[in-house]
Amino acid sequence: MSFEKPVSPKKTNFQGLATLAVHAGEARQKAEHSITDPIFCAATYTFEHTQAVLEYLDKKVPREEYGRYGNPTEKVVERKLAALEGGETAILFSTGMAAIAIFLLAKLQAGDEIVLFDECYHRTREFCTKVLGRFGVVTHLVPACEYQKMESAITPRTKLLMSESPTNPHMSVVDLEQFVAIGRRHGIETVIDATLATPYNLRPLDWGVDYVIHSCTKYLAGHNDLLAGVVIGRTEALEPVRKLRGVIGAISDPMNIYLLLRGLKTFALRMERHNQNGLAVAQFLANHPRIERVYYPGLPSHPYYEVARRTMRGFGGLVTFLVKDADAQQTARIVDALRIPRIGPSFGGVESLVEQPIIMSYHDFTPAERRAVGIYDNMIRLSCGVEDPQDLIADLQQALEK
Amino acid sequence: MHFRTRAIHVGQEPDSATGAVVPPIHLAATYVQPAVGQWGPYDYSRSGNPTRKVFETTLADLESGCGALAFSSGMAAIHAVMMLLEPGDHVLASWDLYGGTYRLLHRILSRNKIEATFAPSDNLERFAQAIRPNTRLIWIETPGNPLLSITDIAACAQLAHQHGALLGVDSTFATPVLTRPLELGADIVMHSATKYLGGHSDVLGGALVVRDPELLQRLWTIQNATGGVMAPLEAFLCSRGLKTLELRVREQCQTASILAQRLAEHPRFRRVYYPGLPTHPGYAIACRQMHGGFGAMISFELDSTPEQAKRFVQSTQIIQLAVSLGAVESLIELPALMSHASYEPAERAARGISDCLVRLSVGLEHPDDLWNDLTQALQKALE
Repeated sequence: MSFEKPVSPKKTNFQGLATLAVHAGEARQKAEHSITDPIFCAATYTFEHTQAVLEYLDKKVPREEYGRYGNPTEKVVERKLAALEGGETAILFSTGMAAIAIFLLAKLQAGDEIVLFDECYHRTREFCTKVLGRFGVVTHLVPACEYQKMESAITPRTKLLMSESPTNPHMSVVDLEQFVAIGRRHGIETVIDATLATPYNLRPLDWGVDYVIHSCTKYLAGHNDLLAGVVIGRTEALEPVRKLRGVIGAISDPMNIYLLLRGLKTFALRMERHNQNGLAVAQFLANHPRIERVYYPGLPSHPYYEVARRTMRGFGGLVTFLVKDADAQQTARIVDALRIPRIGPSFGGVESLVEQPIIMSYHDFTPAERRAVGIYDNMIRLSCGVEDPQDLIADLQQALEK
Repeated sequence: MHFRTRAIHVGQEPDSATGAVVPPIHLAATYVQPAVGQWGPYDYSRSGNPTRKVFETTLADLESGCGALAFSSGMAAIHAVMMLLEPGDHVLASWDLYGGTYRLLHRILSRNKIEATFAPSDNLERFAQAIRPNTRLIWIETPGNPLLSITDIAACAQLAHQHGALLGVDSTFATPVLTRPLELGADIVMHSATKYLGGHSDVLGGALVVRDPELLQRLWTIQNATGGVMAPLEAFLCSRGLKTLELRVREQCQTASILAQRLAEHPRFRRVYYPGLPTHPGYAIACRQMHGGFGAMISFELDSTPEQAKRFVQSTQIIQLAVSLGAVESLIELPALMSHASYEPAERAARGISDCLVRLSVGLEHPDDLWNDLTQALQKALE
């Protein structure tokens, strides 16, 4: 079983990931010899006597203290997530946005700057530009995958380079070699939100990225039934992040943690199917006369196909596409005609979900603002679940015929 | 729609009140009624619960049944079937049978003057000879536990119906992914939902699926009267399990067939029982009635002393020593001392459950990791 981190960068050893998903992070003998980790619904943890409290405080004896600082089942999940990413430490949060927000708040202070590729979840962009902006942190937005522009945006105050990969919803894939090289040249830490890739398809830490962030709500938990987020990186570097989480308290609750742990057991299996379904649907759409363009890095027509092939094992279940000669209403009719995927935000679960970005995520934006971030009226984002690919394709076929 | 798509969507309509993509968990014990004498769809959670209903609806669809009933355990489900019988009735059962079922038939049912005989259902001629005029139920397990014997479901259905008996099939090892007994003529299909349906070793549950609405009504009456119902949280976890059922089972079957092959070729493992091996006596029937896989349970005999066999199952590092099966993590055990300890020793010997028989439930780990684990454990056992 390959629990250890691969030694040489860029040579991710994906083998054994299925075994890690089931076993990593768990004690072989658990409490009461139970095969599964128990759910600890404890708000607080008790000490045998005062001396035990003092030993905990003075000697930092590892144990639980209060629910906001940690939970035994959470530690199991954190170890499992760290093992899957090949990282040292993982810190779990109540949501993906809590992970991003607390990570950035812990790492940055007034006067600091970050450089962010602009193709990303709109709430990430909003947090950086609007919220961090109020606290004196400057965000430079740079077009995705434009490395020279990223490098030119760096100033002596730049503390972080950040991007999603693949990006949402355009599925652009960052060349991590170039991205990390820029960071190294300037002594700046790098962070990748790899929610769309997952460690099944991409392990940014193997490429020298310093931190990986995920919305676990998506593929990692995988059942559309919980919210969670995680940051993974070096233990020491993440210490301030863990401390701030303890102060702010955006923690995952015990039942949630258990469902995440349970979801991770089938993670490798589900990803294999998401990859197959995503590719099959993308290929179907690419050959359909009513489709203008498909954004899927597994297609040779995708601008980042080469980068994706070089760095990723598979390309996930998310497929974005443009309907030929369709306005917003005509596009909405296709979305409404689909019978299997349900209309809703989020992605990465076993159930397929579909949305029209101009309506679901960019409703409040002006047409010019939408165009500026590459969001079009005829754009549809489809998250392929783990249903049978033939069913999904037949469904798209009938919806496109209407 | 294909099996996998139905496993995710049938019965899983988004919550009409909120649009929640996953139906909510209803922990309610009771339900407020519109008026005296007017009943809503649910009255009291023993009689029915919306979360349990979701699981039952999906499972009934996957098994091609008219309806399903979820129980607190597999044994509670089997017991409900046995309560269809009356004093003086006779049950004919497979003899490659889970120890708990044997115990129920042999020790508990006999108190109510319901007699059970056990015969090899993989030898139809011998099995048919055990039928009596008062046989009301034929109960088979296929693949059987722990010897993975294969019983021809369609032939047994014919046999049962010729004699005016019902055919019940414990299809826990096969799952609806591979075999759908109701389509082959069985009257009742039973699952220990604890195993593949739940799939994560974290739920105890059982289920019955039938194709005759009248039989469903009779079984529901028994369930409602005796109360061994599945709890809402368990039903939610079972539904969650069904969504990845096909993925898990197919992957586990693939890994199991690789391991069975390697075990069969290894000199220190004797007698590998796996229906996917052409040398297995039930191979031809298995090819016909199991679709796309032969299950993920393997039994084999170690060419060793019983003490060494014990050491073998205690020496694995990934595979864990425990009863139960069908989950994401691989489990190993010695049937003679664990899952089938409730058999009389003489009965065990007659059926070929030796003290060196090992039963392996193959999980989702990588086949090479599991194989390396088995060979290192063998080395330790034989040291």
